Amino acid sequence: MKFLGLIFANLFRKKLRLVLTIGSFAVALVLFTFLAVVKSAFSRGTEIAGADRLVVVSRIGLTQLMPISHRDKILTIPGVKAVTHNHWFGGVYQDEKNFFPQFVIDPENQRKVMTELVVPDDQWNNFLKDRMGAIAGARTAARFHWKIGDRIPIKTTLYGGGSSEFNLDGIYHSERPGGDESQFWLQWKYFDENAPAPVKSTAGWYVVKLNSPDDAVSVAKAIDEKFANSSFETKSETESAFAAGFAKQFGNIELLILTIGGVVFFTLLLVTGNTMAISVRERVGELAVLKAIGFSGRAVLFFVLAESVVIALVGGILGLTLAYLLIPVIGIALTGLLPPLMLSKSLLTLGVGFALVVGVISGLLPGIGAMRMRVVNALRRV
Amino acid sequence: MIRVDGSGKSNALIQVRGLDKTYRRGGEEIQVLQRLNLDVDKGDFVGFMGPSGSGKTTLLNLLGGLDVPTHGSITVASDEITNMSSNKLTQWRARHVGFIFQMYNLIPVLTAFQNVELPLLLTKLSKSERRKHVETALSVVGLAERMNHYPRQLSGGQEQRVAIARAIVADPTFLLCDEPTGDLDRKSADEIMELIHRLVKEYGKTVLMVTHDPVVAKRADLTLHLEKGLLVESGQLGVTAGGVA
Repeated sequence: MKFLGLIFANLFRKKLRLVLTIGSFAVALVLFTFLAVVKSAFSRGTEIAGADRLVVVSRIGLTQLMPISHRDKILTIPGVKAVTHNHWFGGVYQDEKNFFPQFVIDPENQRKVMTELVVPDDQWNNFLKDRMGAIAGARTAARFHWKIGDRIPIKTTLYGGGSSEFNLDGIYHSERPGGDESQFWLQWKYFDENAPAPVKSTAGWYVVKLNSPDDAVSVAKAIDEKFANSSFETKSETESAFAAGFAKQFGNIELLILTIGGVVFFTLLLVTGNTMAISVRERVGELAVLKAIGFSGRAVLFFVLAESVVIALVGGILGLTLAYLLIPVIGIALTGLLPPLMLSKSLLTLGVGFALVVGVISGLLPGIGAMRMRVVNALRRV
Repeated sequence: MIRVDGSGKSNALIQVRGLDKTYRRGGEEIQVLQRLNLDVDKGDFVGFMGPSGSGKTTLLNLLGGLDVPTHGSITVASDEITNMSSNKLTQWRARHVGFIFQMYNLIPVLTAFQNVELPLLLTKLSKSERRKHVETALSVVGLAERMNHYPRQLSGGQEQRVAIARAIVADPTFLLCDEPTGDLDRKSADEIMELIHRLVKEYGKTVLMVTHDPVVAKRADLTLHLEKGLLVESGQLGVTAGGVA
């Protein structure tokens, strides 16, 4: 504590340089946090996927449909608790920019399988009775200011095209933090009645609820073996593996983000390291005097490190605060283009840790130089 | 009594025996100090003069534990500093040596008070005790009213007074002054020398001072000349059989 005055006095020695360094740190932290949030958004599906669920798609690909009869056959496999099926609807609400995923669901089994997506019972019962009914995720409902009872016009180019108006019967919430609340669910019966012949009595994919997560491998194998050598072979995998594979369709997001993050890290290291090196070089004589009057090399190293860590932490916290304010705004602007952007507590902690690491490393080299500096040589330079 | 023949009494405050310092520059060896002996008692005021490059500052650095000799020993208050590790020497300096530099070497971003307080930050004194010590030191040098001024707000003479206050605040065993008036006008130089002289006479401080200025050197009890690495006596108090009273 008694050294705080010395540390802060040195920090404020060059105010403009301090402000610029902290500013560059803050901007870099905003970028770092944004990248981390985007990475987390893409991998969130994997993180929140149910450990006790399998996704079954056509072996040929996700766009290939499977007969609805698969459902009953899957149900006979030991270890399977429930099965539901989905279709991709691919509709447009008012404008293509207003993208949100629309799924045709199997109302009888949806709630048995997707247990974390909660709809109040009265709303769900209304939905069951309404063949033109729809359930929207809370995020999508909020985005378009929908309320229950609204009629939602959706135009689709798939399945023969056409436009329909759906009744918003309910709004679901996810019980899992970060869960997807952007989906829009439609009745399978209505869809099947109006679908063209090749699409009738089909499912886009099945979601299988297991008795136990331990059965995942054996059940997945049993499902694929059951339909092996049929016209509609399947590919079954855990929900997290499916989500990871889906995210990979966008390219290697993780590598891209890690590369940009790495560049940010090293740039920041150079900026702060350079600031600290200049700062130490400017006051070699003063540091030598400190050592002459009895401050140890370690104390001098501590002073330099403390300065760089304070710069990094102030810049880091400023950057994280800016990110905290900006990311929701960016998230709204990018709705439909990116998964929901969420700045979690763990990302904030990671940001502070990142700032701390940069602060320590950037102060280390000039600090060690100051620690090892020979007083006699340094005083001669004054 | 100050002696340079190595025959001083064994309880002298500072005892230097057979001190050699050789620098290596390129492939060449430069011997700065040769077989140097010195005895300084508590309360002595010694001046060192000599041409540039004669080894005055090197001797001061060795006495202050900032540099290590090639051969020989330095003993201060019974502690042989030439055997000490770097960490031990740092601690020893904090306790025993007060440095006064030609360029004052104050920290420009700290006030006079904070500059003087620096050596006390290494002690276990409480904040209020430190304040008392700093105020006393600044009063001794006549700058109690300028304690909240930054070095840039002080004249050269005042800056050197602050540097002196910093050197004496922890009550060190001896003071090392490296051309303390070298950057000052005559009037300021006289004031600084008066102050150093008062520290010796009133407060019993032991002072070793390097200077180029014969007027300044006259204020010392004895002035020793360094020539070609050898220490030669020429004190105004008269040299007797290698010793001066």
